[in-house]
Amino acid sequence: MIVFSENVDTFSFDRCIANVAAVIKDLKYAESHEWVKVDGNSATVGITDHAQDHLGDVVYVELPELGTEVTQGNSFGAVESVKATSDINSPVSGKVVEVNEELNGSPALVVNTSPYEEGWIIKVELKDAGELNNLKDADAYSKFCDEEDAKH
Amino acid sequence: MALFVLVHSWLLPVTNRIDPTYTGGHDSISSSSWNSVSVHPDQVLRLKKTMGLLRQSEKLGLPLMNLVRFKGMPILDQLNLEEKLLRTTSDNWCILNDGADAPTIVMGVSGKPAELLELESVIGDNVPVIKRFTGGGTVIVDEGTIFVTLICNKDAVPKVQPYPRSIMSWSGKLYDEVFQGIGDFQLRENDYVFGNRKFGGNAQSITKDRWIHHTSFLWDYEDRNMTYLKLPSRAPEYRSARDHTEFVCRMREYLQRSAFIDKTIKALDNYFMVQPATPADVNSCQVAKFAHSTRLLSKQELEDACSSTKPGTIAQSASI
Repeated sequence: MIVFSENVDTFSFDRCIANVAAVIKDLKYAESHEWVKVDGNSATVGITDHAQDHLGDVVYVELPELGTEVTQGNSFGAVESVKATSDINSPVSGKVVEVNEELNGSPALVVNTSPYEEGWIIKVELKDAGELNNLKDADAYSKFCDEEDAKH
Repeated sequence: MALFVLVHSWLLPVTNRIDPTYTGGHDSISSSSWNSVSVHPDQVLRLKKTMGLLRQSEKLGLPLMNLVRFKGMPILDQLNLEEKLLRTTSDNWCILNDGADAPTIVMGVSGKPAELLELESVIGDNVPVIKRFTGGGTVIVDEGTIFVTLICNKDAVPKVQPYPRSIMSWSGKLYDEVFQGIGDFQLRENDYVFGNRKFGGNAQSITKDRWIHHTSFLWDYEDRNMTYLKLPSRAPEYRSARDHTEFVCRMREYLQRSAFIDKTIKALDNYFMVQPATPADVNSCQVAKFAHSTRLLSKQELEDACSSTKPGTIAQSASI
């Protein structure tokens, strides 16, 4: 797995060459393969490169309504790929304050090609920053993904 | 007269094994609690049978799967049951519904009626349209359709990850065993086909710890029912723009209905300890309140979708 500290353009290019899933160093990760980027009281959430790679081309994203309360570990929406809906679980608790309207068009163009940047899914007003301690950092998440794939 | 019996909670009938906060696989078999319960003497026999099955399954290392069979269950009821069992129980289930009732159109979660259906005839003929909770395309089902649904914990099948292609790779192998030597069966671009003709449409839904893979098999169908469906814009390459009557085929031309059901159960035996469950068992293990996402589209919704496909309709109405 490739770990990047910045410059996600490099991520896209190197991923094509190496065909391995990537993580971004400064994000936090859930075992259900969502990432969160925290900025003060605001959190941006999406699915990881590992997830989009395993899911296949995303054809539809079911987004929550603005104002929806999300809870760490619980589902708030779903992606559709290869005839399957897959739950998206929130890595943090709080209130949805923004959803990525770009996903209503051609979601594969953003979720699959830019899962950590243009492919973000929701923004949340954080309820409890302490919950971030329940998540993995980039190195721990990378190791988790490698172990999960090795089991199958 | 009731007996008082000290039982391991996992040995209670499936009706009592409900855990809405379920977070793990069948590791939870070893982490249950002991309860003192009042048990009718008839249930003692069932407990003995369940204990026997548990000993057998532990011996073989296979997870339990509850097999429940219906005949003619309406598809909306079936889908609601499936979604509830997926999200509110921690058991593995196989649901076999031998035929639905009246012809019904079933779209996937992102299906758009205007793009997928010949709406004027659907509305004119009062054909019900359902939007289901799983992904995938549009089918029309009736009494000639046989449904096989598998609901599993994510660790139930070794080497299968809770992702669509991994699940389908395994289901393809399962049905390879069912259709061995019959009609050039294969999983082709995620469809079940004989040669280049589709006879089974499948779809899935995956949660954090469980997944469902359900299939509608075209045992038989009415050609005229296929005319309600448009050629979808998202279609597998092997379809080659064929219309429905040239693209699908009838399973009855390849094997007997009872043989298909028997072979499916036998194939499942290779992966699970299959235990029959009655519809009453299923009903009693369900939680009282559950918000289904599968729904029947209203006539108004269909009419609005139909109107949206007609350019100039609003202007003409305004000028009258």
